[in-house]
Amino acid sequence: MNCPECDAKLNIPDDAAVGEIISCPDCGSDFEIASKNGSTCQLKQAEKVGEDWGE
Amino acid sequence: MSKLRILFDRVRSEEKMLQEKASELGHDAKMIDAKITQVNTESKKSDFDFGDVVLERCVSYFRGLHFTACLEFLDVPVINSFEVANNCGNKMITSLLLKKHNVPTPKTYFTFSSEAALENLEKIGYPMVIKPVVGSWGRGVMPLKDRDTADAIIEVRELNGGPLDRIYYLQEMVNRPPRDIRVIVIGDQVVAAMYRTSSGSFKTNIAVGGEPVACEITKELEDVCMKAAKAVGGGILGVDVMEDKKRGLVVHEVNNTVEFKGLARVAKKDIPKEMIGFAIKSAIK
Repeated sequence: MNCPECDAKLNIPDDAAVGEIISCPDCGSDFEIASKNGSTCQLKQAEKVGEDWGE
Repeated sequence: MSKLRILFDRVRSEEKMLQEKASELGHDAKMIDAKITQVNTESKKSDFDFGDVVLERCVSYFRGLHFTACLEFLDVPVINSFEVANNCGNKMITSLLLKKHNVPTPKTYFTFSSEAALENLEKIGYPMVIKPVVGSWGRGVMPLKDRDTADAIIEVRELNGGPLDRIYYLQEMVNRPPRDIRVIVIGDQVVAAMYRTSSGSFKTNIAVGGEPVACEITKELEDVCMKAAKAVGGGILGVDVMEDKKRGLVVHEVNNTVEFKGLARVAKKDIPKEMIGFAIKSAIK
């Protein structure tokens, strides 16, 4: 699967789960796995880190 | 077999560990994405698949807090409760509760305008530490070594203009070794503890490079952490402790959705297993 931003090849591990974040090794964009069907994933832009993020 | 639901907004290794462990223990474990769930005032528990108990694991504090309110409205058992999340998510409320319950904690000052904060600092003297009342991973925590630094930092806070930026939380700089202790308390037991050693700066958060090293759970550490956990209402908590050279152990923070990736590497007990066991036991009560 390619990066929706820069078209570089994304490395999505087989055990990646919905909700996990995938970073593009080339442009650094972050994507969230929105859904997964076998080896086919749908990606959406990941949320930016918020001020209230953490523990 | 129980039905455990893990409420998330971003799946980290902790949430995966929890789901894997729960399945391994024979429970029905599913993830619930808080970002795509819709609740309304007419909603019923039966409209959703929230299982027997929900572990709230959102990375966004306000999202997790508000979702917890909805779960409690639906009578779904949730760990931690809204009250505990609210007590831990705001450092000012945590400090007040710790002191109220006689838990040793650093001396902390609260002011509600930039003028009052600067006036307060002139009275107390330097160095001090300024912290945002809501926030994590050491973000926005800064040492104030002199008036010039305080002026600059407080001016930036004023410019940001968020409502919580007007709440000034100023804490004494504790004289301690360059490390602190993170302790995980689950229910009525201390499950694991580690030292977090700073990687040069005065911050010790794992998120900014602090190195996890196993820490022995002494009676003193156990007592102070159990007292701190009770002060905020109890549950699954991450208690942060500093070793003050004069006073001994002081608690400066209690975390509501504790991250344990670093601690799991050095802990003797199985942290996800303990968390799941506690959540299920709480739901049965």
